[in-house]
Amino acid sequence: METNSPDQPASSATVRPTPSDVALPDQPDAVLTCDNVDVYYGSFKAVEQVNLGFGLNEITALIGPSGCGKSTLLRSLNRMNDLVEGARVAGTVSFMNEDIYGPGVDAIEVRRRIGMVFQKPNPFPKSIYDNIAYGARVTGMKVSSMDDLVEEALTRAALWDEVKDKLKQSAYGLSGGQQQRLCIARTIAIKPDVILMDEPCSALDPIATMRIEDLMQELRKDYTIVIVTHNMQQAARVADRTAFFTALPDETTGNRTGVLVEYGKTGQIFGAPNDKRTEDYISGRFG
Amino acid sequence: MASLGKLAAQGAAATTLKSQNGGEYSARAIGFLFALWFSLFVAVLFLGTLIIVTVIEGAPKFSLNLFTEYSSSNPDNAGARAAIFGSVFVIATTAVLAIPLGVAAATYLEEFADKRRWWNRLIELNVQNLAAVPSIVYGLLTLGLLATVGFKSKNFVLAGGIALALLILPVIVIATREAIRSVPSEIRQGSLALGASPWQTVWRQILPSSIPGIATGSILALSRALGEAAPLLLLGALVYVTFDPTSLMSGFTTMPIQIFSWTGRPQEGFHELAAAASILLLVLLVIMNGLAIFIRNRFQKRW
Repeated sequence: METNSPDQPASSATVRPTPSDVALPDQPDAVLTCDNVDVYYGSFKAVEQVNLGFGLNEITALIGPSGCGKSTLLRSLNRMNDLVEGARVAGTVSFMNEDIYGPGVDAIEVRRRIGMVFQKPNPFPKSIYDNIAYGARVTGMKVSSMDDLVEEALTRAALWDEVKDKLKQSAYGLSGGQQQRLCIARTIAIKPDVILMDEPCSALDPIATMRIEDLMQELRKDYTIVIVTHNMQQAARVADRTAFFTALPDETTGNRTGVLVEYGKTGQIFGAPNDKRTEDYISGRFG
Repeated sequence: MASLGKLAAQGAAATTLKSQNGGEYSARAIGFLFALWFSLFVAVLFLGTLIIVTVIEGAPKFSLNLFTEYSSSNPDNAGARAAIFGSVFVIATTAVLAIPLGVAAATYLEEFADKRRWWNRLIELNVQNLAAVPSIVYGLLTLGLLATVGFKSKNFVLAGGIALALLILPVIVIATREAIRSVPSEIRQGSLALGASPWQTVWRQILPSSIPGIATGSILALSRALGEAAPLLLLGALVYVTFDPTSLMSGFTTMPIQIFSWTGRPQEGFHELAAAASILLLVLLVIMNGLAIFIRNRFQKRW
């Protein structure tokens, strides 16, 4: 699906505005919001002053060159960054108007409501069935029938037809693309509100990538999706809104800190960017 | 040819692929290879001699008597029954004490300890060092412990088990930490991202994936404990036992102690018995190590 080779820059002519651009409100109806968010690793500031709202039932893409802090920001949206020693968030990340770093907030509950799909497919060394059932089992979810839950999640992730006869077999027998859809199915099975995707297609071939992108369009009807991607064409194809980040070197230390440059509807970001740096990046002049 | 000229111009000496200093077959390389072979030969020679001499000396006494008879003053009637039972009892006690404790300690250090805290780093360093402490020190430690608690007799199964458990605990901790560390962080993150608590992640993902590594490390540690005599001698393990151990508080002897005691007797018959018991001990150790290697290869995870 790589329609544009690197030496053929994505200009406004090659990027079709997503159909939803027309109906998309100017300001997102945000379920998840960042207010003046800084993310630190120890004393190193990885991301600075991010203000962003992720709209309900929208797909928001975070794009930008390596080291611009987009994955770091993504991981601070469901407190996965808590696992990194020394990681700290300043400012406010709120989910449905509740500060997810607030006192008394349970990180485990945050992660249950805001699911995450990783760069490399990471199925558990268990059967396909047990991979899907895992989340429901550990969170003590009340389910009338685990079989139905597994079938529903796999169907929604467009994987059911391929695996329905081998549910008890190891998930490691699946192809990379199937494993990634399994990981998405596993995430849907615990019924989160938001799904964060950290470069979900970077380890997949173009066909598998296309299937995941189609799946995202389906999931968008019920979930709010935030996707980090290195692939600008992918952002242009799937996202309703796009946020462009870049890294600025600190004048004294030389450490590079990520900043949000521009945020808007995908059609606008790729068609008529307001910032010179955005234009340079999407037309392939750096990054 | 132009590039060759350029290379030469840059001062590159080699314009041929022929070796400049003998390469693989230079005198130094061959000499070094012989030195390696010689070292290997010496090591294998000693091991081979030891095994062959032991087998030749012990073969006549390696009979059913060895397994069924108790120790006796007459070498023709003596056997290692009490020592075999004693070893089984002591090693079982050691396993029950050391494995859960070692696995729990390793899990804490790997999964829960904040490595930025100095006390956690201190504990880590000490665990590494404890693995190198001479075994007799653990005997002394146990002796002191029992004396403090107020035991008069110190030669019972539980005491031996405690001493050996202390001895192999660091080995089990280190092996378990290695096994836990080899579980990819993606698995950990995947589990936590699905709303599992750190505790559930350890219990349902990390430990089940680490079982082969833990089993291998534990079996190797137990085989070391099986061959230990020093800490048990210090606890006053009996050398002349004519009864089977029946409980944790029974007096006991073990195979290395029995071998030690028989070797010290003047009669030739006892020396043969010691060799026969050594064969048995060697066979047991080979089986345990073989089992450990089997588990390691059979269940090796290809992530």
